[in-house]
Amino acid sequence: MKADPTGVLTGAHYLDGDYACGEGAMAAGCRFVAGYPITPSTEVVERIARRFPTIGGTFIQMEDELASMAAVVGASWTGTKSMTVTSGPGFSLMMENIGLAAMMETPCVVVDVQRGGPSTGLPTMVGQSDVMQARWGSHGDYEVIVLCPQSPQEAFDLTIEAFNLSEIYRVPVLLLLDECVGHMTEKVVIPEAQEISVEPRRLTSKPPEEFEPYRLNGKPVPEFARAGDGYRFHTTGLTHDERGYPVMSVECQETCVRRLVDKIRDNADEIVRFEEHDTEDAEVVVVAFGITARVARLAVETARQRGIRVGFLRLIALWPFPEKRIHELAGSVGSFLVVEINYGQMVLEVERCAAGRARVSGLFHGGGGVHDPEAIVEAIVEAAS
Amino acid sequence: MPAEKARTEIRITGFGGQGVVLAGHIIGHACAIHADRHATMIQSFGPEARGSSCSATLVVADDEVLYPYIRRPHILVAMSADGYDKYRDELLDDGLLVYEQDLVKPEFKQGQEAYGVPSTRIAESLGRAIVQNIVMVGFFAGVSRLVPEEAMREAVKHSVPPGTEELNLKAFDQGLKYAARQLAQPAVEVERPPLAGVTT
Repeated sequence: MKADPTGVLTGAHYLDGDYACGEGAMAAGCRFVAGYPITPSTEVVERIARRFPTIGGTFIQMEDELASMAAVVGASWTGTKSMTVTSGPGFSLMMENIGLAAMMETPCVVVDVQRGGPSTGLPTMVGQSDVMQARWGSHGDYEVIVLCPQSPQEAFDLTIEAFNLSEIYRVPVLLLLDECVGHMTEKVVIPEAQEISVEPRRLTSKPPEEFEPYRLNGKPVPEFARAGDGYRFHTTGLTHDERGYPVMSVECQETCVRRLVDKIRDNADEIVRFEEHDTEDAEVVVVAFGITARVARLAVETARQRGIRVGFLRLIALWPFPEKRIHELAGSVGSFLVVEINYGQMVLEVERCAAGRARVSGLFHGGGGVHDPEAIVEAIVEAAS
Repeated sequence: MPAEKARTEIRITGFGGQGVVLAGHIIGHACAIHADRHATMIQSFGPEARGSSCSATLVVADDEVLYPYIRRPHILVAMSADGYDKYRDELLDDGLLVYEQDLVKPEFKQGQEAYGVPSTRIAESLGRAIVQNIVMVGFFAGVSRLVPEEAMREAVKHSVPPGTEELNLKAFDQGLKYAARQLAQPAVEVERPPLAGVTT
């Protein structure tokens, strides 16, 4: 279906990544946001808190991030598209309830504007060190989808995409901005509402007496019943059967958790998002994401001009990871160079997928700034030799 | 490193409360929305409070800006002495210095162009010192010729609080007018130019 024009601020704007993310959420139909302010993410909720009264949304400043995430899970069960926004330390506090959202199959979006860590780290400065936490941060086995924009325009576009994917797969979708993208201001074009596709909540057509909240109906995810529509049902973070009631057994664990994992793994080809340039003849492929992808692309173009056969792969979705494509490329390229603002996280995934068929090296930056493009060029030269 | 096509780096500095970030935002807005260029603005997020020095940087280019930070700016806009002292050395040897002439006493460097404007006094003469930054934006538009005046004027109109457009456009025009007078003179001004004839 098309976006509700109420939330769509059509036009060409000069916005920072945080504001663009907020606009993306409103365009996607988000009408509930709960959050606790934290640099560098606060501008997202400032934008939303200012605009929500005019478009019929509800923003609550909660007492902390645990409560914020819990409120988002609850609001989503009323059928309202819901989001929370945070950074580093707040992201850590949200982990338990992100797992709850995954277990209860609650569509929602969690924005983490990454700053330097660990702990309170560098509140006002860039980092990209939450990428593994985004994937593995909550306990237990589950899968999430993680998107990573490289510009304010993409912050807008991918926030809409995050909401859509969360509805299709009934999972929390995490949007990993970084401080640089969040705080940089660029042109953002917001299209007309009729040009924006949004996924509605897939409500059950069954009458209340026949409805079971986790019974599949030919789709990878069950149909949804909103709280307040007269359906009496149970949902829980405990391992549950199709009726939503706890069942503590090996068999139920296998059915319940296996499906949480498989609904993403089996559809990974549909969900993975990346872009690739100049990989056909490449000896070296540079892999990067977020703000680092832009800086790395400058280095790749420079190295190309210097005659090095270097290609470029930008991760747009970090998770699911494009493992098939990396594995394929590993058969034709000599090496991968992973450039990231952390001390080596996504490089591990590239190594896993290359499976020894290509060399893998990393160029890491501890955070607080972006790489020097010339240092990336040097690393490309080294990786090519 | 090949620069993005026609890359211009700008730093705007002043003290907190002077509207440094809004000035940067307007210039970026003018370039990106009204002049068909690419413009990436980054504001410094330090522990700046009202009264201490703060800054915004802009990269303007004909195609996508890949590296968003500046290294050595082509243009330094200094609205405070502290800001000038902090950033003067990074200005390119053949760069352009634009400064608030009552607050900044620059040491002119050979090869650099410099234009000063009494933007605070001009703003005060309009009745609101708060529009000092917009006078500076007008002056900047005039001396930098980065984008057409009309683009900058549109950006001012779209960036200031509703209801204040008229005052801000007046401030912009005053800055622009002062620039036209300065451009008619040699670039480096040591004598303080008279204010008479500037205010209407």
